[in-house]
Amino acid sequence: MAEFRLPANSTVKKGKYYEAEKNAGNVKRFKVYRYDPDAKENPRTDVYEVDLDRCGPMVLDAIIKIKNEIDSTLTFRRSCREGICGSCAMNIDGRNTLACTKSIAEIKGDVKIYPLPHMPVIKDLVPDMTNFYAQYASVEPWLKSSSPTPPADSERLQSKEDREKLDGLYECILCACCSTSCPSYWWNGERYLGPAVLMQAYRWIIDSRDEETAERLDALEDPFKLYRCHTIMNCAHTCPKNLNPAKAIAETKKLLLARR
Amino acid sequence: MSYRSPLARARGLGPAREGVGHWWLQRLTAIALVPLVVFLVVALALLGKADYQTMVAWVSSPLVSILLIALAIALFYHSSLGIQVVLEDYISTKWLRLCAIMLVNFMNILLAIVSIFAVLKITFGIAQ
Repeated sequence: MAEFRLPANSTVKKGKYYEAEKNAGNVKRFKVYRYDPDAKENPRTDVYEVDLDRCGPMVLDAIIKIKNEIDSTLTFRRSCREGICGSCAMNIDGRNTLACTKSIAEIKGDVKIYPLPHMPVIKDLVPDMTNFYAQYASVEPWLKSSSPTPPADSERLQSKEDREKLDGLYECILCACCSTSCPSYWWNGERYLGPAVLMQAYRWIIDSRDEETAERLDALEDPFKLYRCHTIMNCAHTCPKNLNPAKAIAETKKLLLARR
Repeated sequence: MSYRSPLARARGLGPAREGVGHWWLQRLTAIALVPLVVFLVVALALLGKADYQTMVAWVSSPLVSILLIALAIALFYHSSLGIQVVLEDYISTKWLRLCAIMLVNFMNILLAIVSIFAVLKITFGIAQ
């Protein structure tokens, strides 16, 4: 059966409590998932009190402050801190999003921070993305064309209308917020490609310059790779870039029907 | 321990090159079920307190017989397709998944045969 409960050694225990300094004015509690593979212990949630008067506005600012000033063992990924690299995707306040674009002020009560759901955890907030990236590679996300390459001083032409078809698709930064919010991806992630990868597959299917549309559709026609999508819509709901992977998947299904 | 590359694992055995038919038939049967179920519910509500003879006469009328048989086919086909998807979602043990899908399909086929047989028996059957 699909596993609905955590195995005994994954049950999250109560962790340490780090109090703010006495003169702190505006204290907010951050409850952060901690897991250290070397410690041979269950994961735990540590609580950090952070003085928001001396902290930037975003959740990522608070996490960096915790690492710099309170507990240097806290591990997470981050890079651009402006919502374009996708590294700091995590589950904040019960929803997958980017820590760098999620404002602390939007969150009522304590800020609960967990790694992306249903992924193997490497350490603390760092999930193992190997399968996700391999699935992305499996849809061969690059332009494929058999026509002669245009000469060096010219481009592959695309009309304005055809270029507009890529809007809402090319903006994806592959942060995996959508795929890891999808129950179908949780239960069958090793075979179902998931919303992020399917949206990228569609991005190449409708690119007017690509000549392997047929092969791309062939590669998706599978009860598990594509048809595990049951239009649950968690993907569109959670996307930090406000994209709609469910629509891209529905369009792919329509194309598969149209060629019958 | 496996030394297969992540890409080889992601590609697996490759696409089955099917799934469109299953998906489309599930939608078609769903559309067919809308008028058929409305017909059944409305008819049963109107016939609520009818006696045995009236019910037999109602089922035996050609149009009703045909609609009831159509309902049985659409309903059990739709149920078979839908439950298969649910089982594929939630049962990850391969042999258990296969057995469950087989069992559900047999049950649905049996129920469809029973329903159609019942309608035909009432329609063409020995007078009571």
